[in-house]
Amino acid sequence: MSEIKRHKITCIVCPLGCEIEVKTEGDKILEIKGYKCPRGKEYAIQEITAPKRIVMSVVNVKGSYFPTVSVKTNKPVLKKLIPQIMKELSQVELEAPIPIGKVVLKNVAGSGADIVTTRPAPRSR
Amino acid sequence: MRDRYDTVVIGGGPAGLSAAIKAKEHGLSVLLLENRDLLGGIPLQCVHPGFGLHYFKEDLTGTEFIYRFIEKFEKLGIESYTNAHLVEIELVSDIEKRLKVITPRGVLSLQTTSLIYTTGARERHIFEIGITGNRPPGVFTAGEAQTMMDIYGIMPGKEIVIVGSGDVGLIMARRFALEGADVKAVIEIMPFPGGLTRNVVQCLHDFDIPLYLSHAVTRVEGTKRVEKIIVCEVDENLRIKEGTEKEISCDTVVVAAGLVPYIKILEKIGVLTDPATKGPIINELLETSIPGTFVAGNALVINDLVDYVVEQGEKSADGAREFVERGGIPTKRWKRMVKGRNIRLLVPHYLSGEEDVMIYARVLKPEENVKVRFLEIEKEIKLPFVKPAEMLRLKLRKEDIAKAKDKITMEVVQA
Repeated sequence: MSEIKRHKITCIVCPLGCEIEVKTEGDKILEIKGYKCPRGKEYAIQEITAPKRIVMSVVNVKGSYFPTVSVKTNKPVLKKLIPQIMKELSQVELEAPIPIGKVVLKNVAGSGADIVTTRPAPRSR
Repeated sequence: MRDRYDTVVIGGGPAGLSAAIKAKEHGLSVLLLENRDLLGGIPLQCVHPGFGLHYFKEDLTGTEFIYRFIEKFEKLGIESYTNAHLVEIELVSDIEKRLKVITPRGVLSLQTTSLIYTTGARERHIFEIGITGNRPPGVFTAGEAQTMMDIYGIMPGKEIVIVGSGDVGLIMARRFALEGADVKAVIEIMPFPGGLTRNVVQCLHDFDIPLYLSHAVTRVEGTKRVEKIIVCEVDENLRIKEGTEKEISCDTVVVAAGLVPYIKILEKIGVLTDPATKGPIINELLETSIPGTFVAGNALVINDLVDYVVEQGEKSADGAREFVERGGIPTKRWKRMVKGRNIRLLVPHYLSGEEDVMIYARVLKPEENVKVRFLEIEKEIKLPFVKPAEMLRLKLRKEDIAKAKDKITMEVVQA
């Protein structure tokens, strides 16, 4: 028998910000209360089982007006992978010119998401 | 290059770009002036998502959002100067204005019929929020820190304290944490967070960053570099409680203590301002007290969402068109908007009843189960809650506005 845990989650699906309480035993969800809509319930389940986030940062770029170009994951990734993703991003060095929306790293940290640029990096004159 | 335009837009951020695009689409001759060396404004350094959910129905980063406007602006071939500083506005007639602009190519003198002012806001600095002590290196505003990290790729410090829990402060807390800094605390003087709930959750809870509510930073200490800050609890009147002092060691203090509309040059020509918004007093066309001079975005009122800024930019272009095509805005019977219970600020200040108007307002304090009432026109809107961090954006229909004689009072009351 694993331990019974209570998690408090503030829902961010809409601005209401419901306080949802989730009771779990191991991987099993025993009870969810405090949500006011089905989307809140779904969010709470995801937050407990596999919370995901969009990750954003900047990576170094050579030969452009700015020394960095901003990037993000093209879909939400598991929260626990964030440190590994940041580590992999710190190794990236790009060369201008780079258009906006270009994939610069595929399947970052095995997350299934790609890293795409969110700013263009034109070659500096 | 010409020396006379129907409209000149001052500022190349989201409000300015959207205003210029709309004005061009309206068939006006347009020039945009930007004082930095590239277009885009503050979103260029906003690498986080959360932009464009209303306008594009997509979740974009600030950079992605603004490039959609930059690309459209360039495609339309709108004239613009970068590194251009507007230094003086001269009112040559009731209709025409002359602008003195300093550019790398020399001083320009331009004439325009209408002017759209979209210079955004400045950040409140440590001097304005009563923090005493030393001024060693290591004190930055949030925008400065963001520019360093997200444009130049430089970490401003390792152990960070953030002053202010508005969205800007929360988002910077997350950026620092993501990049591996130790964010010691976010300090908030009010008893509630200043930013949106989603940002409190995704920026602080995700990284276990403590939020100190009802706390004030009283002193910065350090000689060659910031070494620590002193914080105190405050009471409900925001007064320091004796004996509650504690120290937090850190090498960097990031001040995210709010924004103030930046309208210096407008003030010089006598534009009337609202002490609540710190921006100009405007009518439904976003026209200031100087005819043909319009204002949009954070220069008008501090907005939560860039989507609202763009909406205002487009509206100001509608105003400029009307002014140019009709040789001035015809005299209307303006009805005053009046702030009632739990309304801290609202714009626009004057409505005619000749068109539908979007009202932007902010409350003083959080409340649940409320209704927003517009007295004199008997309009009510029920809301589950109001929060100072979330701007109210409500549309008033022209038929409703027309019912009022000389004023409309907006108030928040228990439902």
